[in-house]
Amino acid sequence: MPKLNVNGKLLDYQADEGTPLLWVLREQLGLTGTKYGCGIAQCGACTVHVDGVAVRSCVMPAAAMKATQKITTIEGLTPNGTHPIQKAWQALDVPQCGFCQSGMIMAATALVKEKPNLTDKDIDDAMTNICRCGTYNRVRAAIHVAAKEMAAAKTGAKPKKVSELGKSVLDIQHIDGSQA
Amino acid sequence: MSTTSNPSKRDGSNADAAVAKPSRRTFLKGSAATTAGLVVGFHVPFFNKQAMAQGIAAAPISPEVNAWVVVQPNDKVIIRIARSEMGQGTLTGLAQMVAEELECDWEKVSTEYPTPGQNLARQRVWGDFSTGGSRGIRGSQDNVRKGGATARMMLVQAAADEWKVPVAECSASKSVITHGPSKRTTTYGKVANAAAKLTPPTDVKFKDPKDWTLIGKRLARLDTVEKTTGKQIYGMDLKLPGMLNAAVKDAPVFGSKVKSVDDTAVLKRPGVKKVLRVGDTAVAVVADTWWRAKTALDALKIEWEDGPNAKASSASFAEVLKAGLDAKDAVVGHSVGDARAAIAASARKIEAVYSYPHQNHVCMETMNATVKWTPDKCEVWVPTQNGEAALAATAEAAGLPPAKCEVYKIHLGGGFGRRGATDFIRQAVAIAKQMPGTPVKMIWSREEDMAQGRFHPVTQCKMVAGLDDKGEITGLSMRISGQSILAYVAPQNIRDGRDPVMFQGLNAPGPEASIGYTFPTFLVDHAMRNPHVPAGFWRGVNLNQNAIYLESFLDEIAHATNQDPLALRRKLMSKHPKHLAVLNAVAEKVGYDKPAPAGVFRGLAQTMGFGSYVAACAEVSVSKEGVLKIHRIVAATDCGNAVNPQQIEAQVEGSFVYGLGAALYQECTVKDGRIEQTNFADYPSLKLAEMPKVETVILASGGFWGGVGEPTIAVAAPAVLNAIFAATGKRIRDLPLKNHSLKT
Ligand code: FES
Ligand code: FES
Repeated sequence: MPKLNVNGKLLDYQADEGTPLLWVLREQLGLTGTKYGCGIAQCGACTVHVDGVAVRSCVMPAAAMKATQKITTIEGLTPNGTHPIQKAWQALDVPQCGFCQSGMIMAATALVKEKPNLTDKDIDDAMTNICRCGTYNRVRAAIHVAAKEMAAAKTGAKPKKVSELGKSVLDIQHIDGSQA
Repeated sequence: MSTTSNPSKRDGSNADAAVAKPSRRTFLKGSAATTAGLVVGFHVPFFNKQAMAQGIAAAPISPEVNAWVVVQPNDKVIIRIARSEMGQGTLTGLAQMVAEELECDWEKVSTEYPTPGQNLARQRVWGDFSTGGSRGIRGSQDNVRKGGATARMMLVQAAADEWKVPVAECSASKSVITHGPSKRTTTYGKVANAAAKLTPPTDVKFKDPKDWTLIGKRLARLDTVEKTTGKQIYGMDLKLPGMLNAAVKDAPVFGSKVKSVDDTAVLKRPGVKKVLRVGDTAVAVVADTWWRAKTALDALKIEWEDGPNAKASSASFAEVLKAGLDAKDAVVGHSVGDARAAIAASARKIEAVYSYPHQNHVCMETMNATVKWTPDKCEVWVPTQNGEAALAATAEAAGLPPAKCEVYKIHLGGGFGRRGATDFIRQAVAIAKQMPGTPVKMIWSREEDMAQGRFHPVTQCKMVAGLDDKGEITGLSMRISGQSILAYVAPQNIRDGRDPVMFQGLNAPGPEASIGYTFPTFLVDHAMRNPHVPAGFWRGVNLNQNAIYLESFLDEIAHATNQDPLALRRKLMSKHPKHLAVLNAVAEKVGYDKPAPAGVFRGLAQTMGFGSYVAACAEVSVSKEGVLKIHRIVAATDCGNAVNPQQIEAQVEGSFVYGLGAALYQECTVKDGRIEQTNFADYPSLKLAEMPKVETVILASGGFWGGVGEPTIAVAAPAVLNAIFAATGKRIRDLPLKNHSLKT
């Protein structure tokens, strides 16, 4: 039986030839946090990590994955939503409907890992996921917050709580003020 | 009893997330005791998420205090939300309003959806479930606050009874009840059972807005943690025991029928259970997995019996609409004086024709519904904006009375109006009915979702202004020609050929969608022309194109008469102080009195709709090669009472993404009777890199409750189009912008 290495576990699955990784994750392995939005690599809702790199799983045949390649889905990112990106997302209340957000978060976590000192241009280039609700400005702000937090962690700073992260940013958004 | 519960986000705990449904028998028994208004002591067993997945009941928890409020012995408060959460934050906003009057501890609040079936059985105790027209807050604020206040009074009364003291000596704050003289305290959780047995008070007074502690606060949403961990369950994610999956294809030419289906090869595929007809017009494949159903459907040979609609195209619609611009059969929307005569007698005339295309909502989550049908029961799990309409559609499609049907609402992966329609629910029921006893989850592919939209209506508009010899407007007329949404979704609401929704933003002075200008004479009328492409409510609805038509044309008048666009508007707005206030707020914030940075140009727009006043100023630049960059948008909203300002800002930001995506890229064209666009590749959305900075001003002038999910969309396009004119001298009168070159 073919195997996939998902979220640290080697899992058996059964699927017809050509079945995309997305549908194996969702329908065989019960990992529905990864979403279907287009099926043609346009929207990013299906983004997962393969060996740490963001990949659109809707166009990746499951059979192309070797058991040595480590797949991470939103469920496996952290046990309880404590990745600095997730915390920043919570602090800034990024999600609206939330449907695109697993993909956004997987793309963003790959980005901050690859480019710790990222710029707005890096965010523009990497974050090509579609969000119909329009969370983009908060996505951008949250990536900056997380990147800063991760840089601080490298210098030995104690990780901030979600409420501490959120305060600094949500406070900028006064009733008559602008978004962060 | 709910389909989804959203425990407090703060600790991310999901322990008591109740995905639940009531036992029908208990429920009906309870409802027999129901009297009008709030129901006390009515007991509904709850089920937890895991239990629902396994289809078994979990132990019941505490009884409700009233229909809106459940208090558990540990003081956790569950607030029931009738409207649907589709991203707009209504769930949190409505909970804030109940909690405000309830005086409970916000940290202990979670929410759940009552079901449409319960609402029906309890004489609609939760009122209207429909979630559209930015009505989430404004349409239920009275109801939900009353629910909270009533529950509070009952809880305090129960404490007073226990202490045998006058209730007037007791007060409540943060779920703690205090007897003033003795300083005794108790908590809501301790008296909830006793409170539930009391007769609800009838004399309920609301708090004075100046005493609000939760309404108006920038509170965090209640549903964020689940949405950052992949734990939030959407309709597409459901899994019921023994469930099969269905993919469906409806006639690409609207109105066509299935002629023949050759399923021989497909039925031999692994996992494929059945190929079936859905009514006359659609074919579905049911398989063990959706991927297998979808690929089998793609391989199916279907022949369609195309009617005359197969000849229609966007170009043929445009001809029909164009003829409507001068037709006699128009219905007046709003008229002041004799605009036609004033224009005919004017020294100078300005005329322009605008148009707006068909567009799809493209909700991020495609349409889906999961249905279990048996000869005496039909259950539907569905992300819907309209639970009650979903129940009615279910009953009809199931061939069962509503009392034998139930709808469990699930959070929506986007709605934007599309999920107010029930076409896909009927389809899913029709499929499940052919698989009795087996739950079937029907999911539309993105391609099906693009083909089978309920589209933004297509219209053209002829704008004519009469000017006197000093360039002052003497009359303005707007002839709208085109598609009526109501003609498709609620023809019974069209009286004497008049679809009142056509005139959004152009109505006479009043609390809803009124025009913000006074012209000496004014006329807006509508020649209804309905193509065969089905129309639907599309976030912002008709306010979108009406604002483009009026705000762009005013800009044309300003330039033609050498007036500043802001000065011209101010002159026309003196009798409309609320409209004017948001425009002034925008002008001030953007620094209109100082020039924009070099190479950057400004455009203004304002409108009123969904009970709120909005305005925007866009700052754009256009390169010589014609590349547009939107640098910054300043937007103002007066929604009366601002329930959660940070969520209003989120709606304003999101409205620009939605409105600008539509203006820049989105157009569903029709060829041979069918929609040509198939997916995001040929129907792009705005991306993060293109998103301007958005600065939001919330005016919150108080005294009314306006919607925030939609109105701002309407100012997105005209503000940018007017800025493009300022930058290039090019007046764009038909959208999307991608069809035009901005090269100078
Ligand atoms: S579903 Fe894979 S990119 Fe859209
Ligand atoms: S949050 Fe709804 S699509 Fe992004």
